[in-house]
Amino acid sequence: MILIVDLCYREGSLSLYEFVEPVAGIVRRSGFPVQVRHRSHLSRQDLGAAERIILCGTALRDNAFVGEPASFAWMEEVRVPVLGICAGMQAMALAFGGSLIPSQEIGTTEVRCTRQDSLLEGHERFSAYELHGAGVVLPPRFLVLAESDHCIQAMRHPDLPFYGILFHPEVRNEWVVERFLALPWRIC
Amino acid sequence: MKLGMLFSGGKDSTFACWRAMQHEEVACLISVLSRNEESYMFHTPNVRWVPLQAEAAGLPLVQGETEGREEEELADLRSVIRLAMDRHGIEGVVTGALQSLYQASRIQRICADLDLWCFNPLWHTDPHRYLQNLLSLGFRAVITGVFSSPFDASWLGRELDRDTIRELEVIACTHRITLTGEGGEYETFVLDAPFFRQRIVVQEAEAVYRTDRGVYRITRAALEEK
Repeated sequence: MILIVDLCYREGSLSLYEFVEPVAGIVRRSGFPVQVRHRSHLSRQDLGAAERIILCGTALRDNAFVGEPASFAWMEEVRVPVLGICAGMQAMALAFGGSLIPSQEIGTTEVRCTRQDSLLEGHERFSAYELHGAGVVLPPRFLVLAESDHCIQAMRHPDLPFYGILFHPEVRNEWVVERFLALPWRIC
Repeated sequence: MKLGMLFSGGKDSTFACWRAMQHEEVACLISVLSRNEESYMFHTPNVRWVPLQAEAAGLPLVQGETEGREEEELADLRSVIRLAMDRHGIEGVVTGALQSLYQASRIQRICADLDLWCFNPLWHTDPHRYLQNLLSLGFRAVITGVFSSPFDASWLGRELDRDTIRELEVIACTHRITLTGEGGEYETFVLDAPFFRQRIVVQEAEAVYRTDRGVYRITRAALEEK
């Protein structure tokens, strides 16, 4: 089961259709069962049953998740691949000791890969849809995988398959989510 | 949260409005009347009947006009949204955008500039499921414009019912068109929706068609009890 975490301002919000459903659709079309949970209602059981976890983005004005770091404490414990999209990347950065900086991008931008990694391999430069008001300052030891002219676009945990991407792959870059779902990974 | 619905009178903005109503308060409809039929942002066939739709829905309408020149119309849209903020205290805007990055990113920028929330509840929705939902929830729409091959004059004024959707699904496979008309291949006008208190009856209309392009212009319409 792929656990999709809804980071929006409240459970069952109007943003669910825009930021969660399109990602859930990609996962379903890739042949995986999906469980959607709001960040405020994640249980140990949900996390334990997940083969992979995806944290979705939020509306540009929606930063409610930033004030609730306890919602992401689980990231220190899980050992399955995690993909944070936009707000999900910001939450991941905060959970591992990074921080946020103002950086607004709306619309398409060019993303350039700066380090080889199986997530983005074969796509050295690509156009991506951006919708964010903040970029991240990297957590200690995290690696930058890609950048735009404005900020870091993709990062990775140094040891674990925890990825953050600032652009929205559900728009024109579905291959990133498909690639994440196909990453080889065994639970130790 | 009080929201303003960017409303063109077509199926997408009407469905997005209904969806927004399930979660937040839609305080008003916002509509821009473009004098340019090739408008980059605003669909034009029958947008003059949006006030009748607002009356059917029992919602206040904030309406503006634009010459429809690229980018200038964004400033006009911004002014109308600003007006809706002043009149109705809206904190956000809802759009019926499905996939258009051009439309979505420009409205996102206006909202960011005005410190408003922006919602796109049909964003990258499954087109087949969306059209089926339209029907099963009781939306009634007619095709009011066709702008692409293989649509002929017979499509103008046709109701978006199960048979029409079935044909659209075939055409979407055989021709390079989107099922939902997102690429501007066809336009619709909504006659009834679950949140309409009254339905619209078209009493008179004229169809004009020339080489792959045609418009079904409603010239007389009225409200009727449901």
